[in-house]
Amino acid sequence: MSVAEEPIDAELISRREAIMRVTAILGGVAFVGSTALLSGCRPDAGKSTAADTSNAKFSPDDVAFLDEVADTILPPTSTPGAKAAKTGAFMALMVRDTYYPDDQKRFRDGMRNIEDATQKAYNVSFMKATPAQRLAILTPMDKEQWAQSKAQADADRKKALAHLGEERKESAPGTDVGATTAVQQNTGHHPFRLIKELALLGYFTSEIGCTQALRYAETPGRYDPCAPYKPGEKAWAGHA
Amino acid sequence: MTTDANTYDAIVVGSGISGGWAAKELTEKGLRVLVLERGQNIEHIKDYVNATKNPWDYPHRGGRTVAMEEAYPVLKRDYALNEKNLSYWASDKDSPYTEVKRFDWYRGYHVGGRSLMWGRQSYRWSDIDFEGNLKDGIAVDWPIRYADLAPWYDHVERHAGISGSHENLPQLPDGQFQPAMPLNCAEDMISQRVKKLFDGKRHIIPGRVANLTQPKPGRSQCQYRDACWLGCPYGAYFSTQSSTLPAAAKTGRLTLKPFAIVSEVLYDKDKKRATGVRVLDAVTEQTSDYSAPVIFLCASTLNSTWLLLRSATDVWPGGLGSSSGELGHNLMDHHFRVGAQGSIEGLEDKYTYGRRPNGFYIPRYRNLNGEKRPYLRGFGYQGGAGRGGWSRAVAELGVGGQFKDAMSQPGGWTIGATAFGEMLPNHANTVTIDQNRKDKWGLPVHKIDCATGENEALMRRDMANDMAELLDQAGVKDVEMYNAPCFPGMGIHEMGTARMGRDPKTSVLNSHNQVWDAPNVFVTDGSCMVSTACQNPSLTYMALTARAADYAVNELKRRNL
Repeated sequence: MSVAEEPIDAELISRREAIMRVTAILGGVAFVGSTALLSGCRPDAGKSTAADTSNAKFSPDDVAFLDEVADTILPPTSTPGAKAAKTGAFMALMVRDTYYPDDQKRFRDGMRNIEDATQKAYNVSFMKATPAQRLAILTPMDKEQWAQSKAQADADRKKALAHLGEERKESAPGTDVGATTAVQQNTGHHPFRLIKELALLGYFTSEIGCTQALRYAETPGRYDPCAPYKPGEKAWAGHA
Repeated sequence: MTTDANTYDAIVVGSGISGGWAAKELTEKGLRVLVLERGQNIEHIKDYVNATKNPWDYPHRGGRTVAMEEAYPVLKRDYALNEKNLSYWASDKDSPYTEVKRFDWYRGYHVGGRSLMWGRQSYRWSDIDFEGNLKDGIAVDWPIRYADLAPWYDHVERHAGISGSHENLPQLPDGQFQPAMPLNCAEDMISQRVKKLFDGKRHIIPGRVANLTQPKPGRSQCQYRDACWLGCPYGAYFSTQSSTLPAAAKTGRLTLKPFAIVSEVLYDKDKKRATGVRVLDAVTEQTSDYSAPVIFLCASTLNSTWLLLRSATDVWPGGLGSSSGELGHNLMDHHFRVGAQGSIEGLEDKYTYGRRPNGFYIPRYRNLNGEKRPYLRGFGYQGGAGRGGWSRAVAELGVGGQFKDAMSQPGGWTIGATAFGEMLPNHANTVTIDQNRKDKWGLPVHKIDCATGENEALMRRDMANDMAELLDQAGVKDVEMYNAPCFPGMGIHEMGTARMGRDPKTSVLNSHNQVWDAPNVFVTDGSCMVSTACQNPSLTYMALTARAADYAVNELKRRNL
């Protein structure tokens, strides 16, 4: 890892996190992608292509397991849950196609952690555990990932702002282009963070998520800048 | 009138925002025009294949795969690489370029160019911008002033359709606007508060955007889908396809030739005029020549200059326009990716309906009216407010039914804005030709050597701090600044390298965008820019192109070309 690489990685993560909510607001404004995905920090391609690919392969059992994990995070309520939206298959597809090997491994570690914790606590597999047991397993994992992610985001933001006014250094003559464009292979996220992100993305952008959990208007036809809102009403889904 | 099949009254190289305008103006003034586009055709509406897809229709929901990142080593550096409009972005593999320092170049090589994917923010420049270089002793003076361009801003705004509000601000002149897309309740509330702060010098106004709020012939008003970068099936935003190409085609005098890579401007050293262009067919790789008394280079900032660098080298080894010593120099962009955001308390009983493809704008206020900051020039902000969507769930603690139902409802209001800052021209920021590296068609590639300087670095402190201060004073909570690495090119506002000027010794183009050394060659895309201001530049390219086309036709009639 070059000298220039490390702080820039951190800043990119920070930018993604900081801007994420603004992204949704700004819509088509070109400077922020409407699809800037949450673990969207991407490595320089071709760095570790020789790595193990077994973590990218998901069996039907794996998909069924992911369906149950996603359905624990986002269970059926007055609207269908993540399993009904085929979220497990989506998560597997995303890990296969959009993750680099380090995060693929991390994601598999996250799946294993869930299974191991269930075995340890209840002496059953996650697939055989009750909904209450599953929730009891995922809740502390979520607390752990949340605390870690928040601390990381805060540190990243501080680091990025420490650079304010010194941007010239980043593109100083002689700066190696490859090094400065490289973003880390490994997002550094907690394994459960990756699982939760993909479950949320898979569910809320699915047809069920958009049209039942949320409200969806493909062609709104007009803009109301100040519409009345009553508590409990659903959010509007995005488009492109 | 001409008869030879390869001879036209005018040739336009490129079909993006500038090329489309050149085609429209020249054909409407009676010329038979050949438009040469290096990439494929994209037909209006018919070829917007993803425009009406739902989020769930994309396998990766619009995201990017590892395979895509490997295929697009430049495009992947920012938001542009995505599953939804991938086919609109040029291939980094087919058209590589050499970076001496990091320069992100996001290109659209197809009919319409980046007019299909642009951000559509459309702002006039003022005399503060046109006089800046002269007053600061930077680079060279613009050879035109606001009064020269104002009627052409009127002209292009009326046809393109720009929605916006009248604000009577000297630094951001009003135009021929359609009704603005309004601020939403949170933006309006903060805007009202800001009016009472900072001596009333900072203004939150509706973004001025090239989206129709009233229909025009053949085009509907905006349907608030917010899918503009896919091509609009309603023709509601300005693009070559929706606006200028139909107007040009209607004259019956337009010939559009896709897959036509112009490799050189042909120059007659005895007549001191260009005679035409050489074209490499991108599919057959056959070469053919086309001739015309008038040539408009609208191939985009770095590509028009690339053409000049390769032309008339028997007369000037450095290319057509190099006698000034400035061809290929003074490459600029806007610097951005810095700003602040926060949460707004209240308005829980308010929401928005429709996806407005626009936000608010804060016009420049720094270094005006005698203020002197530690840097020159200034910046504007683009931002917006809205209620949080489901994606806030990623950073929230929680799993289970209650969490799911809570995240299915809108979150609180947040507001944020990103600054866009002026970048000063610098002779050392260059594009040249890398003779050692070839593209897919065997043509030598661009070599780009460009970096921001001390002025931009100093400005960035204000760009972050000012927005945090504004939000804080306006009662916004949890205000956080952000500052992300920003490299030239990321703004996709690349400008300069064939600047206009008053003196052939220090500029490539004259006040009518004519190459000093070949008056029948006009360069009206971003290459011609002498400075960047902080406003988005496309509207100014439109106005400059229309003005130059008018001048060209008059000069042709006077037999001066």
